[in-house]
Amino acid sequence: MTLLYLMINGLQIGSIYALVALGYSMVYGIVKLVNFAHGDIIMVGAYSTWYIMAKYSAPAWFAALASIVICSALGMLIEKIAYKPLRKSDRLSLLVTAIGISLLLQNLAQLIFSANPRMFANIFTGTVTVGERSFSNATTVTIAVSVIIMIGLTVLVKRTKIGKAMRAVSEDGEAATLMGINVNNTISFTFALGSGLAAIASVFYCCSYSQIQPAMGGMLGLKAFVAAVLGGIGSIPGAMIGGLCIGVAESLTKGYVSSQLTDAVVFGILIVVLLIKPSGILGRQRNEKV
Amino acid sequence: MQTLLKSTPFRYALNASAIIGLYAVIMLLIKTGILNRYQALMLIPIGFNIILAASLNLTAGFLGQLPLGHAGFMSVGGYAAALFSMSAALPTNVELPLALAIGGVVAAAFGLVIGLPALRLKGDYLAIITLGFGEIIRVIILNLKFTGGAYGLKGIGRQTTVTWVYICVVITLFIISTLMRSRHGRAILSIREDEIAAEASGIPTTYYKVLAFTVSAGFAGVAGGLYAHYLSIMDPSSFGFMRSAEILVIVVLGGLGSIFGSVVSAIALTILPEALRGFADYRMVIYSVLLVGVMIFKPSGLCGRYEFSLGDSIDGLCSRIRGIFSRKGGVSDGGDS
Repeated sequence: MTLLYLMINGLQIGSIYALVALGYSMVYGIVKLVNFAHGDIIMVGAYSTWYIMAKYSAPAWFAALASIVICSALGMLIEKIAYKPLRKSDRLSLLVTAIGISLLLQNLAQLIFSANPRMFANIFTGTVTVGERSFSNATTVTIAVSVIIMIGLTVLVKRTKIGKAMRAVSEDGEAATLMGINVNNTISFTFALGSGLAAIASVFYCCSYSQIQPAMGGMLGLKAFVAAVLGGIGSIPGAMIGGLCIGVAESLTKGYVSSQLTDAVVFGILIVVLLIKPSGILGRQRNEKV
Repeated sequence: MQTLLKSTPFRYALNASAIIGLYAVIMLLIKTGILNRYQALMLIPIGFNIILAASLNLTAGFLGQLPLGHAGFMSVGGYAAALFSMSAALPTNVELPLALAIGGVVAAAFGLVIGLPALRLKGDYLAIITLGFGEIIRVIILNLKFTGGAYGLKGIGRQTTVTWVYICVVITLFIISTLMRSRHGRAILSIREDEIAAEASGIPTTYYKVLAFTVSAGFAGVAGGLYAHYLSIMDPSSFGFMRSAEILVIVVLGGLGSIFGSVVSAIALTILPEALRGFADYRMVIYSVLLVGVMIFKPSGLCGRYEFSLGDSIDGLCSRIRGIFSRKGGVSDGGDS
């Protein structure tokens, strides 16, 4: 029973990682940028939800929706201001810009909300009883909503026009332009979508950890990024599988080995996978051409 | 005159005298109190940041591979140096250089062991795997007994002085810049330009990649040793991903592939947060805005690939002066170039 319990806990945190990893993966697929500011978008999402609920005593669903809108807008804005001018230059410069944006968001949050952690009340109270075990509603809602979102996202990317444009741009940006696809709009949409997913992840994260602080995006973002690489960066189902794997591995390590070694296990899995299959579980191997 | 200026022994003598001269100036500024105690202490972080940035530039700038785990090597070197100096009881002037050497060698060994598998990957994947190794090093240090776990090490002798930092900076810059001017340096550069072409030309690319990575890790270890003996405490949480990112920021801001750029940007980025202390809470916000601004308006970094050379600068200056004189005399012998 403990194993089942740990697995379900792992799936819960894994779904959160997967939601964040999707943002990393889509952005990487389309502009080849490891968007280090993505983790801090989660933080922005958490703070905006908390602020709207605390300040205007708005209902939770409204606060969550508002934070999705805020994060999507922020994601697009960051892309327009900071990443777009650098699209043609060296990729390392782009990476450093992303690190700069991440620092900026963290320090702005520290300035506005102070470095002290804030308490975040769980939105999904109550429990669900399955057999002898009972699980909190936060767990069930997180897993259920994530599954729905992932199915929706797969449909979006596979079946809709904008999804087709996204796939085309990530395959070959220049050829996509020649085919009449508006590359700028597609990239903006990708950033908005990824940031919106990060906002949803932030609400779930806060419900299970009940604490928010300016630096919370750092480790969460890093692990979600590991999940994206593990599954095969640029691949959407890969990000989901990677997120769930990392979540379950973390939960099992916490339960059976030591809670201090979870980070080492997560990064250890990453290294082993990269050495055996560098393109990740579902990534495509790209051959180098001369 | 011209041949003398260009001869190697003269260049070495020139650089050596410039290095000693700069040291004398710094010492004079400290002794006369123009640099106050606080400013003089700032010279030490400037020094180890120069070492960290120059060593990372070797892999990121010259080799063209992006490692994101530099802080890991720094912490390994720092812990090794600190553990040695805490157990040994030698006079300071023997103990510190020995500790730094041990820190450097241990970090280089880690660099070799990690580099061998990691360098099979390229580009972003290499960045990610080094990030992973960096984090694992941090977690392992956090869980080991003899490194003090989460409490870290305390009571390391405060032996790092401006003089020792200066010596280490000079040695680091000398070794890295002479390495880059040698045959081996050209091999490393050729890997950056085109790895397949380099391999086709008979350059053992794996050997040179691992060599650059190991040397880079070794100097990061020396910097870690200086850091440990400067702060007198080692705390594993200060060697996370953000520290690696900080070093990378220095390198890219200065210009990838420019050691001079790394030096300038290490000085600027170490002083900047301190200079902005007057703005209190806003300083880190200003710092990050400046960083993003520089990257947007000058993506190649402050210095691009420019390399400063004292001899060449003097050469240029001489020919310019000669040009001015020859124009005055009305005879143009093509001196101005």
